[in-house]
Amino acid sequence: MSMHIGFDFTPPDVPGKVTGEIKYAEDYKKEGMVFARLLTSPLPSGRVAGIDATEALRMDGVVGIFTADDLPPVPPPGNPSLASNYVTYVGQPILAIAAVTEEIAESAIQKVKIDFERRPFVVDPLTSLAPGGNNAYPEGNVLVRTTEEGPEGSPIRGAEIRDVKWPQTAIDALKSGKEPIGGEFTTEWSFGNIDEAFSNAEVVVEEPFVTMGYPHHSLEARTSMAYWENGKCYFHGSSQSQSANNNGLARLLNIDPADLVFINEATGGGFGSKIGAYPIMAVSGNFSRVLNRPVQLRITREQEFYIGSARSGMQGWIKMAANANGKVTAVDLVIVNDGGATGGGSGNSSAQHVTVAYQPENMRYRGISVYTNTTPRGAQRGPGQNEMAAVLAPLADKVANQLGIDRVAFRRINAIDSDGFQGGSQGPVTSAFVKEALDQGMRTFGWKEKLEQPKENGSKVRGVGVGIGYHGAGGRGYDGLVRIGVDGKLYIHSGVGNLGTYSYAGTCRAAAEVLKMPWNHCEIIRGRTDRHLPHSSGQGGSNTIFTHTRTNWVAAQDAVSKLKEIASSEHGGTPEDYEIGEERVFNLRDPSKNLTYAQAASKAIELGGKFSGEVAPADINPITQRAVEGLAGTGLIGVAKDNLPGQGQPPGVLVGFCEIELDRDTGKYQILDYTAIADCGTVVHPKNFENAMRGGAVWGVGLAALERHVYDPQNGLPANTGLYQAKPPTYLDVNLDTQAGAVNIPDPQNPTGGRGIGEPTQGASAAALASAISDALDGHLFNSAPTTTDMIINHLAGNEYSTKSLKTNTF
Amino acid sequence: MNPQLTRRRFIKGVIFSGAAASTGAGVYLAANAQPGSGGAERLITLNINGRNRPVDVMPSETLAYTLRYKLDLTGTKIGCNRGECGACSVLINGVPNYSCSVLTHNVKGKAVTSIEGIKGSDGSLHPIQAAFVTENAPQCGFCTPGQVISAVALLNNNPRPTKAEAARAMSGNLCRCGAYEHYINGVLRASGQIA
Repeated sequence: MSMHIGFDFTPPDVPGKVTGEIKYAEDYKKEGMVFARLLTSPLPSGRVAGIDATEALRMDGVVGIFTADDLPPVPPPGNPSLASNYVTYVGQPILAIAAVTEEIAESAIQKVKIDFERRPFVVDPLTSLAPGGNNAYPEGNVLVRTTEEGPEGSPIRGAEIRDVKWPQTAIDALKSGKEPIGGEFTTEWSFGNIDEAFSNAEVVVEEPFVTMGYPHHSLEARTSMAYWENGKCYFHGSSQSQSANNNGLARLLNIDPADLVFINEATGGGFGSKIGAYPIMAVSGNFSRVLNRPVQLRITREQEFYIGSARSGMQGWIKMAANANGKVTAVDLVIVNDGGATGGGSGNSSAQHVTVAYQPENMRYRGISVYTNTTPRGAQRGPGQNEMAAVLAPLADKVANQLGIDRVAFRRINAIDSDGFQGGSQGPVTSAFVKEALDQGMRTFGWKEKLEQPKENGSKVRGVGVGIGYHGAGGRGYDGLVRIGVDGKLYIHSGVGNLGTYSYAGTCRAAAEVLKMPWNHCEIIRGRTDRHLPHSSGQGGSNTIFTHTRTNWVAAQDAVSKLKEIASSEHGGTPEDYEIGEERVFNLRDPSKNLTYAQAASKAIELGGKFSGEVAPADINPITQRAVEGLAGTGLIGVAKDNLPGQGQPPGVLVGFCEIELDRDTGKYQILDYTAIADCGTVVHPKNFENAMRGGAVWGVGLAALERHVYDPQNGLPANTGLYQAKPPTYLDVNLDTQAGAVNIPDPQNPTGGRGIGEPTQGASAAALASAISDALDGHLFNSAPTTTDMIINHLAGNEYSTKSLKTNTF
Repeated sequence: MNPQLTRRRFIKGVIFSGAAASTGAGVYLAANAQPGSGGAERLITLNINGRNRPVDVMPSETLAYTLRYKLDLTGTKIGCNRGECGACSVLINGVPNYSCSVLTHNVKGKAVTSIEGIKGSDGSLHPIQAAFVTENAPQCGFCTPGQVISAVALLNNNPRPTKAEAARAMSGNLCRCGAYEHYINGVLRASGQIA
């Protein structure tokens, strides 16, 4: 009988969030702190030929300037903290000035004169791929893998930037929804024989598609504050991750990770953009060392748009075939990704989504990521998978409709199960119960009943849709660390970050479960490196629930073993003669022979060695080694690397069902119902599970209907840097009655049964909404994410409107 | 100010009043930072959370800046600094306002309530705060102080709002995490409509 797993609790940071008492990076001050501000590029492409900061540095209160010359060079296409020879997007940081007040720093920035040399620029990947198209870098537009190791100092060894151009016929073919024959790709894989499968298919559907990149818009801009004391750098930063940030940030500061204290109590959103250390962190940390004063670098909303990362866009073509039974027999997929100024596309993940959602018998994927002079691209909630889900759902509906098969039934025929595969390598999964999720979703949503209802009511028309979201949902091999104190409490040390998913807390419940500890006798230790935190995964990729229930489980099991050893040494017998319960370790035959956890902790300190952390396992990460050293002699230490057996990728899969009412006079629609059912193993923390499901549903509306980059192709300027223009969903854009459920079948490779689900919550929502819009419009395919209201009304008005230009970033 | 302001009306009002920061502005409007020639009084006393707080205020300083960086009331968050997100919401004479878009000099003689003033005098959580905890409403939490402020103002004016009324009243507060349903459920819980 579970004590904690599957039950609600209040994560310890929630009260501080409703009172405003919890601190984010920008809320910290330090004696003698100065304020840095950024000067950013007004140009989409060029180089800095000269900087004249004479006037700025003469101002009273200005204490210093920091430029690219103060940092190691970053060869292209790396993302430099401060740009100089390669300025590749509007808003790219060029330099920082620090002053005793923020207003002086801002005024000083305005007095800096920069001599820029302009370079040609491009904001659309297909424009760059076309013959004669501009490139984002002087060297070219595509990162191509080479057989050699690549030049020394290259940020990506074994790769180089090359100028790749496609024949115009290939560009034209892609735009007209045909295979771009003659186009060069950098990633290709296939399995089976697609040609044979297409020729034998009952139905073949072939469509172009386009998805837009858009910013993460983390509400907390990535401010940081750093200072140095006794050779250590104390760094207050905004990050999704805690321990996973250490090594990268230490590299940016050119210090040993042991000399970094990274402090991160709370983070105001990340969504993939703050998984690891990011370039601008180098500025406050190194500037502080140069000035020998604490430096706070505050980032504005506009600057967060520029440097806060963005989802990659896709321009693509897909051909899908199915047999008369509804089985998807072949998929041929081409994706041109928008890599932005730096970073890359996620086409392979998009293709992976196709494999999991429809388990095609034969498939080929070809992809290429092209740099543009737009904001850097990186992982954003279900990168690749979720935007693919949005454009794939209506297309899959078309296949089903042509076969005369119900759209949910079509997905059920092709659903992944525990014997299924994912990705081009057709690797195994730990378990999958998507058929069960579809069945549960149909019942909860009332799919059949809704299909039977009248579709039209005056100018209003109803549409119902179904979609699947997927993301890999777990990793292995990280460390767990717990301590039983002499006060008898369980201290669960977590190196997992806190971006608001609360999985850092949910996963700690696994340790409490193993040690049968009441939750009010447990304390989570986290938020600062010097609190002795173990090596943990990055807080991204929906992995935390699977990954760190396992690490906390094995650490707590180690503590249990030590409790039994200590008790047997004290009371005789063997460890196998003992059991734990009610915060004691006791002899099974004679429970009077027992030790409280507090007594056992004191005994562990007396015994020393492995019991109190003087000796640590050899296979744990150096980060955990340091943490154990820091805790040595303070209690009974449970520490272990996750060596639990198992293989395959744990999948997080979600099915979404959406009903909308669309007004044919305005193109506007309202979401009437949204139901989402997760296949994520055991639900570890129900309330938080609901939070993830509903938050992801909101993100799906943004992806499917609202959010996108807009760049001016004439000047390379972004047109929607603000939240109001970029249109993240508000209260008024979304459904407020989400029905969230789970299959709740345990994953056999997790001791708690759990798998992650954070990212696919968006993909399923976006897919179901796109499917519902298409259904409301008699199966019309926009082949675009987002599908905006103006696109709908233009379609309804019979205006010439086509996504076949495949324009991304522009109109 | 009309307590039933919509988000759009609020933003239009801010823009026409000239108080909104420009797109490129930082937290502080540097161009306006020089002391005015009119000799505006800088040392003023503000009524913040029921206490009189003397503070040195520049002519074009925003209330969000004063609260966070002069009075150390860092519960008020600056998400956009241009009247778009609502993270900096405070009550001015009981009406929710974006403090990033209000000049501090304009609140002289008015009662300002920031998130730090929402708890009871005995330290207990306001019913809205307690309900938000029960609903596990915050995710990243950065918008939460603003959500609390708007929800408190809503219930002060409309003790039993419908879900649609609550959504409209809260629609000036963005939540990038998308925790809208949980905040709405918190409002309904605090108003006794769900238990």
